Amino acid sequence: MTDISQMPDAAPTTKPKGGSLFEKDARTKRRNAAESRFKMYGIAAIGIGLLMLIVLVTNIVTAGTGAFQQSFLALNVELKADKLDKKGNRNIEDIKKVSTFGYAPLIASALESEVEKLGIQTDLKPKEMGKILSKAAQAELRNYVIANPDEIGKTVSFRFLVNSRVDGYMKGRVTRESIANDKSISVEQLDFVDQLRDAGVLYKAFNPDFIFGADASDQRPEAAGIGVSMLGSLFMMLVVLALALPIGVAASIYLEEFAPQNRLTDIIEVNISNLAAVPSIVFGILGLAVFINYMHLPTSAPLVGGLVLTLMTLPTIIISTRASLKAVPPSIRDAALGVGASKMQAVFHHVLPLAAPGILTGTIIGLAQALGETAPLLLIGMVGFIASNPPDGIVAGFLSPNSAMPAQIYEWSKRADPAFYERAWGGIIILLIFLVTMNTIAVLLRRRFERRW
Amino acid sequence: MNDMTRVERTVDSKAIKIAANNVQVYYGDTHAIKDVDVQIEDKTVTAFIGPSGCGKSTFLRCLNRMNDTIDICRVEGDILLDGEDIYDKRVDPVQLRAKVGMVFQKPNPFPKSIYDNVAYGPRIHGLAKSKSELDDIVEKSLRRAAIWDEVKDRLDAPGTGLSGGQQQRLCIARAVATEPEVLLMDEPCSALDPIATAQVEELIDELRSRYSVVIVTHSMQQAARVSQKTAFFHLGNLVEFGETGQIFTNPEDPRTESYITGRIG
Ligand SMILES: Nc1ncnc2c1ncn2[C@@H]1O[C@H](COP(=O)(O)OP(=O)(O)OP(=O)(O)O)[C@@H](O)[C@H]1O
Ligand SMILES: [Mg+2]
Repeated sequence: MTDISQMPDAAPTTKPKGGSLFEKDARTKRRNAAESRFKMYGIAAIGIGLLMLIVLVTNIVTAGTGAFQQSFLALNVELKADKLDKKGNRNIEDIKKVSTFGYAPLIASALESEVEKLGIQTDLKPKEMGKILSKAAQAELRNYVIANPDEIGKTVSFRFLVNSRVDGYMKGRVTRESIANDKSISVEQLDFVDQLRDAGVLYKAFNPDFIFGADASDQRPEAAGIGVSMLGSLFMMLVVLALALPIGVAASIYLEEFAPQNRLTDIIEVNISNLAAVPSIVFGILGLAVFINYMHLPTSAPLVGGLVLTLMTLPTIIISTRASLKAVPPSIRDAALGVGASKMQAVFHHVLPLAAPGILTGTIIGLAQALGETAPLLLIGMVGFIASNPPDGIVAGFLSPNSAMPAQIYEWSKRADPAFYERAWGGIIILLIFLVTMNTIAVLLRRRFERRW
Repeated sequence: MNDMTRVERTVDSKAIKIAANNVQVYYGDTHAIKDVDVQIEDKTVTAFIGPSGCGKSTFLRCLNRMNDTIDICRVEGDILLDGEDIYDKRVDPVQLRAKVGMVFQKPNPFPKSIYDNVAYGPRIHGLAKSKSELDDIVEKSLRRAAIWDEVKDRLDAPGTGLSGGQQQRLCIARAVATEPEVLLMDEPCSALDPIATAQVEELIDELRSRYSVVIVTHSMQQAARVSQKTAFFHLGNLVEFGETGQIFTNPEDPRTESYITGRIG
């Protein structure tokens, strides 16, 4: 027992053995060099990844934002009663007899009087002037008149879509040089468009119909929208959610909490992991064989698409659910059993609530995967179907033919007119917004509920 | 060991609550409990002591069939509770565990409110007919576990937010809330500081008036302080079982003596 106060004030210090700590020896230098080299590799890898992401996003945004804007022509159209309702009795059946062609003269004369009013000089005949408008304009006018027969005889202001070439010209995609061999538009028409634009009646504006509208045929890219296929995707997701979540969770709970550990459950486990790695097109062909050829469910229907995607999503949900059940500490189960809860009570009162955020996260990620899946839809005919009418009612939503967002995008990207190409990019933006939102929700859920015990 | 004189020794023998005869436990091929015979008396604290890995927890978990949850575990022999074989086919382990409660080594409150932790057992067993009755049970149990004063103002706070010692007493409150007849405790104080340990020990001594308590402990002093009967396990065998006073002052088996004097274990 030495008393500290008796120690000499300035005890001699020992000398460092080997080298000083202030100088790095060769070994340390080598190790440090290796470490900083490794850090550089890592930073470079992340840099490349980020660069790719930035290129991808800017590419998509520059190519796709155009789809959300469309060029419109403002026109005041006189709904001439002698053309639309010859008998003058406002009978809806008689009005419906006038085909879309019957509306063309109305638009042409409206355009003519507009030109006169604005004092625009042009050599174009009224019929050629009318060609700058979309073919959808006549149909739009007809739908309006059928919906509002009382307006016949009055003059109503409209905002008509212009055709895709003119729209492309407004967006800079189409130039005077590029239309040299194009029969559907002439340089004179472009001059005319310039004049209308300068007068302020032809302008670009946000086009909600792209988001909410239906697909259109090859001749009318300017009228095509992704809305109906979005509904198709929605109905498919409802099917996936309603089937995959309960089946997946029930299967996982049984396997994780109740099933005995034996050869059979091992085999099942391995096969579930294998299923998660099966290419989605295989599920597509299975769906074609079972749901359509054998069970005779309707082709192209979201119900069938949903069933196929359910098969594809189940393994993902089962795997993530089992992982989150496993993450619940066994002491919680012991605690519940220890106060006399049955196994089922222990699972449903204690384990499941703790695993729920993980289960939801897995489900959302599975749904997001399913939402972006295209290949299996190819085989059950949801690609190539022109979704031109929104389904009327819930049942039709599940059973009538429809497309899905990724299928619609694929379809647009195949079509010849470059205006469709723009819409494909626009569709990708919408799809990505959905996926990013879903994944963000999943991440937030996981953050919010992480480790509560 | 002066503490040993603190608890009055009850020499008169009481009714037998649990009788284990010829119990063997296997984990797969491992023979973890060999041929154990033990009588656990009613309204008595019985301590299980022995070196690590000797099978104390294993045997304790046999008494309320918690071993059923381990797939590879196999129990042979009979264990009678009130003269009825708890491993009989007709016995539902869930019903058994309501009678034989358990407190675990690591405090494991549910990640729910303090109130819900205690109320859970009575709820699933339908012990309370009304909310106020349930409130009474919760308060009584928390009082019995000597934690009422600390938590009475925050019954809605999560049980996991309490300190380790408070959590363990909460778990004890949760166990007594279902009115068990036997309370099994596996090293209930191993995560606690001396003050909390003293509180739990006091509590165990009080619980003795109503239940029969079986406690596994690594602390000789604790066994001596709280128990009336002591069982010494070694390598899966029950080496010696008897009055605590006798085991600690005058053990019959040399292995017991070496263990309690600190030479093996
Ligand atoms: N789940 C299990 N699976 C396989 N073997 C086990 C299992 N639990 C315990 N054992 C074995 O059974 C024997 C007894 O274990 P037990 O946990 O009962 O010991 P213990 O006396 O409680 O030890 P400690 O004092 O360290 O808690 C040990 O050899 C252990 O390896
Ligand atoms: Mg133990």
